Amino acid sequence: MSKILFTKDHEYIVVDGDIGAVGITDYAQGQLGDVVFVELPVVGRQTKPGEQAGVVESVKAASDVFAPISGEVVEVNPALEENPALVNEDAQGKGWFYKVKIADPAELEKLLDEAAYKALLDSQA
Amino acid sequence: MNALPAPTPLHALHLGLGGRMVPFAGYDLPVNYPAGIIAEHNWTRENAGLFDVSHMGQAFLIGPGAAAALETLLPGDLLGLPARKIRYSQFTNADGGILDDLMVTKLSEAGDRLFLIVNAACKAQDFAHIQKNLPDLDLDIATHRALLALQGPKAAVALERHVHGVSALKFMEQQDFVWRGEILFISRSGYTGEDGFEISVPADYASDLAETLLAEEEVKAVGLGARDSLRLEAGLCLYGHDIDTTTSPIEAGLNWSISKRRRAEGGFPGADRIRWELSDGLKRLRVGLILDGKAPAREGAEIADASGEIVGRVTSGGFSPSLGKPIAMGYVPPRFAAPGTPLSLIVRGKPLSAKVVAFPFVPNRYHR
Repeated sequence: MSKILFTKDHEYIVVDGDIGAVGITDYAQGQLGDVVFVELPVVGRQTKPGEQAGVVESVKAASDVFAPISGEVVEVNPALEENPALVNEDAQGKGWFYKVKIADPAELEKLLDEAAYKALLDSQA
Repeated sequence: MNALPAPTPLHALHLGLGGRMVPFAGYDLPVNYPAGIIAEHNWTRENAGLFDVSHMGQAFLIGPGAAAALETLLPGDLLGLPARKIRYSQFTNADGGILDDLMVTKLSEAGDRLFLIVNAACKAQDFAHIQKNLPDLDLDIATHRALLALQGPKAAVALERHVHGVSALKFMEQQDFVWRGEILFISRSGYTGEDGFEISVPADYASDLAETLLAEEEVKAVGLGARDSLRLEAGLCLYGHDIDTTTSPIEAGLNWSISKRRRAEGGFPGADRIRWELSDGLKRLRVGLILDGKAPAREGAEIADASGEIVGRVTSGGFSPSLGKPIAMGYVPPRFAAPGTPLSLIVRGKPLSAKVVAFPFVPNRYHR
């Protein structure tokens, strides 16, 4: 059973056992517009919550992507190099950025669940 | 600018079309519509895009000898310009830097009636500059007019259906046309590298005209985002970015906009620098750059030579939808300006390989 959690900075993590797939939310891709390049972290890197873990470039501008939790990057999405538009087409599915081996499951409790993230978006609308 | 961004006469239309509004040069304008920047860009290259450029400054400069008088503020040749033709030029400062770039239309053979279009962010300062330096002329600022641009290979066929005769205009020509009893000032010009028109319309009629054009199957609304990517591909300068008070028209590669007579006679601010740069004193030159990889280099990125020494800086850069790769422009010493020269652009601390290419990145398709 996987579950999806969110940061206030519009990243998500889909947790499946001790592995999490990280990306930017559907809301975030809509705000950025056409994504033309994604800079991903290197495999083996240790991430910390709130640390920059990548960059997403739209036609308009570059935006930092922050790590939601601590852990080791174990895989990056190879499809994004050829087709960065996957982030627009399926941000919370095929458009994931990297997978991380979750170091401290307790950190997940600080993230937002779907209802809380939706409430955050509603409050910003 | 502390005031709220001002609406243009098309504001309600932008909202109705789902425009994503942003403040730009004091105005509330759409950066894109729901189709998105790349789709709008490609539509303009293949069909016709309608742009709201009402934020730009429009003014008439009227009085005996207006063309000769305006020549004292810019290096463009206005005396040699035939009536109803348009000249691209730049207001220069005493150091030969660029205060703004503009389009000048000569409305009468005598040169006593000119129509100017200047950049939104510079318009107050430009108009004050003209009034201060040319006090004997009458500057009539056309605040009551909107400006639309219809750009793309199908612009002429779409506009001709509503404004008969407009397709007879050639690139950089202007005529007045009557539409629903109102006078439109239409020029065959633009900022995309495509054939197209810029249409000055009374503000009260702007929405009607825009909706009439948008009802044509060739025409879709296009926002500021694609306007920027289109002009970048066309190799055209954006004031405040690629040209400013520190860059001269020669450094910017705008030599073509200064005639032999103006070079020889001078008589405009900064003429000495321009003459010196035209002989052998040029220190840097604006060049086009195509990146080898996929990561774009933005304004401000440093440009390095093969040894890693910083030789310049990017002034505009982004993704080219037409080429499917990142492009940029920036200034480098002339020895690095030859097409094919390999250079690196430093993005987030990493050198990205690029090479110099001749402008434009995408061939122009003006109707000459």
